[in-house]
Amino acid sequence: MRTKSVVAAGFFLLLILTTSRGFQSDELLVDDEEFGLEGGIRSRSRSRSDPNNVNAATPQSTRKRLVSDSDSKIQFPLEHAFGDSNFSPAGTFTARLKSSSHGSQMQTLTKLRFSRNAFTETEKEDFEKLLKGDDFYRIRVPSNVLNLPGREYVVSSVKARCLPRDGLEEHFVMHMDGVNILAVNYGSPGACQYPRQLKFPAKWSFNSHTVLKPTEQAPRTPIFSEVVVGENAESDEVQPPERSFWAKYWMYLIPLGLIVMNAMTQAMNMAEEQTSGQAGAQGQQAIGAQRAQNTVVRRR
Amino acid sequence: MAIRAFLLCIILFSSSYTSFALYEDQVGLMDWHQQYIGKVKKAVFQTQKAGRKRVVVSTEENAIAALDLRHGEIFWRQILGDNDVIDEIDIALGKYVVTLSSGGSVLRAWNLPDGQMVWESFLLGSKPSRSLLLTPTNFGADKDNVILAYGNGCLHAVSSIDGDILWKKELAENGIDVQHLVHPEESDTIYALGIGEASQFEAYVINARNGELLKHSSKGFPGGFSGDLSLPTSEKAVMLDSSESSLVSVSFVGGEIKFQEFQISDLQGYSGEAVLLPSKLAGMVAIKIDRSLLLVKLKDEGTLEVVDTVPHVEAVSDSLSFAEGQTAFGLIQQDGGKIQLSVKSSNDWKSHFLKESIEFDQQRGLVHKVFINNYVRTDRTYGFRALIVMEDHSLLLLQQGAVVWNREDALASIIDVTTSELPVQKDGVSVAKVEHNLFEWLKGHLLKLKATLMLATPDDVAAVQRIRLQSAEKSKMTRDHNGFRKLLIVLTRAGKLFALHTGDGRIVWSRLLNAFHKSGTCESPRGIKLHQWQVPHHHALDENPSVLVVGTCGHNSDAFGILSFVDAYKGEELNYLAPVHSITQVIPLPFTDSTEQRLHLIIDAEGYGHLYPRTPEAVDIFQKELGNIYWYSVDINNNLLKGHVVKKNCKEGIADDYCFESSDLWSVIFPSDSEKIIATSTRKLSEVVHTQAKVNADQDVLYKYISKNLLFLATVTPKAMGDIGSVTPEDSWLFVYLVDTITGRVLLRMSHHGCQGPVHAVFSENWVVYHYFNLRAHRYEMSVVEIYDQSRADNKDVLKLVLGKHNLSAPVSSYSRPEIMTKSQSYFFTHSVKAVAVTSTAKGITSKQLLIGTIGDQVLALDKRFLDPRRTLNPTQAEKEEGIMPLTDTLPIMPQAFVTHALKVEGLRSIIAIPAKLESTTLIFAHGVDLFFTRLAPSKTYDSLTDDFNYALLLLTIVALVISIFVTWIWSERKDLQEKWR
Repeated sequence: MRTKSVVAAGFFLLLILTTSRGFQSDELLVDDEEFGLEGGIRSRSRSRSDPNNVNAATPQSTRKRLVSDSDSKIQFPLEHAFGDSNFSPAGTFTARLKSSSHGSQMQTLTKLRFSRNAFTETEKEDFEKLLKGDDFYRIRVPSNVLNLPGREYVVSSVKARCLPRDGLEEHFVMHMDGVNILAVNYGSPGACQYPRQLKFPAKWSFNSHTVLKPTEQAPRTPIFSEVVVGENAESDEVQPPERSFWAKYWMYLIPLGLIVMNAMTQAMNMAEEQTSGQAGAQGQQAIGAQRAQNTVVRRR
Repeated sequence: MAIRAFLLCIILFSSSYTSFALYEDQVGLMDWHQQYIGKVKKAVFQTQKAGRKRVVVSTEENAIAALDLRHGEIFWRQILGDNDVIDEIDIALGKYVVTLSSGGSVLRAWNLPDGQMVWESFLLGSKPSRSLLLTPTNFGADKDNVILAYGNGCLHAVSSIDGDILWKKELAENGIDVQHLVHPEESDTIYALGIGEASQFEAYVINARNGELLKHSSKGFPGGFSGDLSLPTSEKAVMLDSSESSLVSVSFVGGEIKFQEFQISDLQGYSGEAVLLPSKLAGMVAIKIDRSLLLVKLKDEGTLEVVDTVPHVEAVSDSLSFAEGQTAFGLIQQDGGKIQLSVKSSNDWKSHFLKESIEFDQQRGLVHKVFINNYVRTDRTYGFRALIVMEDHSLLLLQQGAVVWNREDALASIIDVTTSELPVQKDGVSVAKVEHNLFEWLKGHLLKLKATLMLATPDDVAAVQRIRLQSAEKSKMTRDHNGFRKLLIVLTRAGKLFALHTGDGRIVWSRLLNAFHKSGTCESPRGIKLHQWQVPHHHALDENPSVLVVGTCGHNSDAFGILSFVDAYKGEELNYLAPVHSITQVIPLPFTDSTEQRLHLIIDAEGYGHLYPRTPEAVDIFQKELGNIYWYSVDINNNLLKGHVVKKNCKEGIADDYCFESSDLWSVIFPSDSEKIIATSTRKLSEVVHTQAKVNADQDVLYKYISKNLLFLATVTPKAMGDIGSVTPEDSWLFVYLVDTITGRVLLRMSHHGCQGPVHAVFSENWVVYHYFNLRAHRYEMSVVEIYDQSRADNKDVLKLVLGKHNLSAPVSSYSRPEIMTKSQSYFFTHSVKAVAVTSTAKGITSKQLLIGTIGDQVLALDKRFLDPRRTLNPTQAEKEEGIMPLTDTLPIMPQAFVTHALKVEGLRSIIAIPAKLESTTLIFAHGVDLFFTRLAPSKTYDSLTDDFNYALLLLTIVALVISIFVTWIWSERKDLQEKWR
C-alpha cells in the first residue's frame, strides 16, 4: 500500500515536472542490453496515465500483463556539488519497479531513465571554477529508492576536467541490490588523460549514459559425477586409432631399423672377414693346424 | 661458467613438475621452529616425588604446559582453542593436571607425565559466573578423589578418576557472586562464600558427600563492601568496607555469620586506592596502596592487627605450607634494576627464610606475578625457588640469588612483523667469530664427498649433518649476497620489540619500549603496527635503518596514539611521541626525504591527516603531491566504504603545518538488512609484478589489470554471521566486491548463493583468491577471480613492441573508465583455514604459491596454477603447453607440500612472505604461539646451486678430467712416435 502511495506521489511530481518546466531532454539514452531501448520520458508518462494504453502498447501474454500490472514507476533525484559546496538538485532518475512473480519482497528496478536539468549560470561559473582548479565535481543519489533518502546518500566524484568533450559527457553505472543503491560509478564514458588538460566544453549540455549493473552470479564449482568421468575415459579410448601406426611407434621402429641395418652390415663384414681369415689360416696350416683353430675361436 | 650454465639447465629440466618435499636430513638446514607458551597466569609445582621436577602452568594463550624446573624446557604442552580460556589449574591425585576452562564449563584432566588428556567433563549451568576449582587433599581415604568445580552458577563434584559428575548444586539463584569454596580440614562440609546483590555476605554449608544443602545464611553489613573477599583461614574471611578505610573480618563457622569491623589507622596516611590482594596467605591479608603493601594479621578471636608495611612491593605469592606445618610466602620488591625476593614465615613475622637481591635486566619491566616452591637443600634445610612473571611476559626462575633460566614468552603473542636488512660487511669489522678457515672448509667438503661416495662411517655422517646444521654462514650478522639473512623485527602484545635473526631464530636484541609504559594519560597501551621508517640505501654503511612502532592508549578509536622510533640494529628507542592524536590508519607514502625517512600520513579519528616526519622538508614534498593522495576507510559497524582525498592544511589549530584536512569523495553503502562486511584484502604495497601481459595458448595476449588501488571486500547476509550450520543455504548469501579505492568504482560484484564466512582472502597481481564455506555442498571452497584489462586488448602490435613505441609507460588515470574482464572459478578445498598468504619474490618472475595456514596449524604451499580460472576439463595440447591443468572439482593436498613438514605452528595467526634477493627464493615466517621460519623456492632454486652442492666433488672431477686429458695426450704422443718409428 505504502509503495503505491509513494509511487503515486512520485508520479504526480513527475507530471508537475514535465508539464511545468517543459524540459526537453536531449540525452542519448544508452540502456543496458538486458532492458532494451525505449522511448523518452514524456511518451511513457503519457502511456502510463492510461493503463489500457500500456497493455495495448505491449502485445504480450496475459500472464505477463499481470506482472506488468504490478510494475510501478518511481523517481529519485540526483544531486550535485561543486568542490566543497552543498548538494543541490541536478536531475531525476525514473525507473520501473518490478516485483518478481515469486515473493513480493524481491523488487528490482528496470528501465532506468535519467533527465538532467541544464546548468544555470551560477552553476556554469562554479563548474568553470572547478575546471580551473582541477577540483572535484561530485554527485549523490539516495541509497534506497523507495524511502528517500534511505540510510545515507551514495556519493561519487570525478575530477571536473574529465567531463568536457564537445559537450559534457557523463556515464553512470548503478549497482543495485533490490531497491537499494549500493554504489554509483560516475565519470566520463571514455578515458581521462593524465595530466589533465584544461578544456572548456563547447556546449553546456550533458550527454548522459546510464547503466544498471546487475550482480553477477559466481560460477558453480564443477562437480564431476561418475558418468562424466566414464565418458571422458571412453572418448580418450576412441582417440588413439586416429593416429597412424607409424606415428605411434616411430620411436621403436627407427632404432629397430638401425639395429637391423647395423646387424646386416656387420653380417656382411663378418662374411668377408671369415673368408679372408680362412685364407690366412690355409696359408698357415703349414706351420700348425692347432694354432689356426685358436685364432678362429678368438675371432668369434 | 659453462658448467654452471649446464647445471642450471639440468636443474631447470629436472624441475618440470615442482615438488617441495624435504629429505629427512634437510630438516633444520634452512628452517627453524620455536615453541612458546605465552604469559603465565597460574603455576602449580610438582616437585614432591623423585624424578623430574616440573612446574605446570596455564597461560594467556590458553596453553597448559609442563616445564622442566632445571632448564625451563617444555616437557609437554597442550593448547586449547582461542575461545576456551583457562580459568583454574590444579593437580589432583598427584598424577593429573586438572583444568577448568571456558568460564567454568569444561573440566579436563591431563596426565602429568606426558600431557595426554585422561578425561573431560562438561559442566552445565544456568548463567555465567566466576569459576572456582577446589581439589581437597584430605577428605579421608575413600573420598580423596573428589574435585569441586564451580562455574556458571553451579557447584559440581567430579570424580577425579574418571570425570564422572557425582552431584550438582545450583548456587547462584539470587545473583550471588560466589567467590570462595572452603573445605575445612577433617570435615565433611564445604562452604561456598559469596557476596549477594544487596552487598550482603552469603554462606552456603554443603555436605561434601552428596551435595545436600545443610544451611544457607546471609547477613548484610551496614555500608556494604567493596572489592573481593580474602580468605586468610578456613574459618574467617576478610574484606574491605565500601569506604575502603576499614577491614571487616567475617566468621562463618557452621553457617553463623559474625562481623567484626576494624579501623586501620595506617590506611589513612596513604593516598590512592586500597586493594585487597587476592593472594592466599595463611592467617594474613595483604592490602596494596600506592606500591606499598600492608600486611594485616588475623588473630584467632577475629581481631586484626597491622604487622608491617613494606614499600615498593610488586608481587606477593600465595602461601606455601611445607614440613611441620610451617607456612611461608614470597614477596618481590623492585627498585630500579634490582629486585629483592624475600620469603617470610606467616607464623613468625620477624623471621624470614630467604632474602635475596638480584641484579636485573631493565628490559623486563616490572614483576607481575610470583610463585614460590620449596626444596630440601643438601644440608637438609629448606630452600626456596621462585618463578616470576614479568611485565614483558617473560618467565624466570630464581634460585640461590640467581636467574636459573628465562623464557621469552612475549614471542607467543606477536602483533606485527617487519624486516630489516643486516649491516653491510665492512672492512676492518671483525666477524671472525663465525668465520672458519680454509682447512675446515676443505675438511667439511671431504666428509661430504665421502658421504656421497658411500664411504663414510656413521660417525662421519653425523659430523656432516652437524656441520650442515651449524653452518656458521647462516647466522652471520652481515648482509649476504642472496638476501637470506635478515632481521625480523616483531612487535609483541607486551609492548616489547624483538629482533630475530632469520638464520637461526636467535634474539639479536629486545626492548621494552618506554612509549608503552603505563601512565596516567595512557591507561592500557598496546601496539598496533610496525612500519619501516628509514631504510638507508645511499648511506647504508654509516646509517642504521629504523622502524616506526604505532600504538594506542586504549581500546576506543579516539584514544591517544603512541609513536615510537627504534633503531633496527641496536634496538635503541631513538625518539617517541606519546600521547599524540588518535590513530585509525597509518599510510606509508611512496616518498622519502633527503635522509631517506619514509613519509607517513596518519589519519586520526576525526578524519584529519597528520604528516610524519614533522620537518618542513617533508611538508614540501607532500605539498607537491597534495592532490594525488587518496585513501579509503572501511566502517564495519555501519557497513560503509568511503573514499577521501587530502585537501589542504587544517584551518583550526593554525600553528600545525603538519595537519591536513580531507574531504569525502565517494561512498559505497551496503544495505544493513542484507549485507555485512566480513573481510577485506588489498595487494601488498611492496609487491612487484614482472609481466603485465599473459600470452594465451592461441598466441593471444591478455593484459593483466594491475592496480595498486584495488580492494577486495566480502559481505554476507546478517543471518549468516553466525557459526557454520546456524543458517539454511537459502538465507545465506556471500557477496564479493572489487572496488577501485580512488574513484569508488565497483569493478565487480559477484554473489555466491548458499555460502557463508569466515572469508580469508589474499590479493596479488591481478588476482584474488578467497576461502569460504559452501552450505549446499557442505564443504569449504576456494574461489579465484582474475582481472584482465580489455582497454589494452587491441594494443598488442608486435612491431610497436619491438620498436619500443608500445605505450606501457604512459600515466594511467583512475578516472578513465576501465574496461575489464574478470574470470573466476571455484574449487572445493578440504581444510578450514586460519590464514592465507602468497609468496613474493624480489622481481616477481617466479611463479606464485599460496601459503595456507590450515586448521591443523600447518602451512600448506599450493601452486597458484591449481587456482586458475582457465582450467578446462580437457585442455588442448596448446593449453597443456601453457601449463593449464585439467579441471578438477577439488584442490589437491599433497602431503609433501606442507612447508612445515612434521612441525606444527600452534595457534597459527599469520603467515608472512618476505622476498629474498635471490629471485627464486622467498622467506616464510609463520607465527602464532610458536614461530616457524623457512625458505621456499616455488619454482625450485633455478638461479643458484643448493647449499649442499658438493664443490669438492666438482673440483675432484675437474682435476681427474684434466689429469686424464694429460695422460691420454702423453699416451697418444707416445703411440704416434711408435707408429712413426715402425
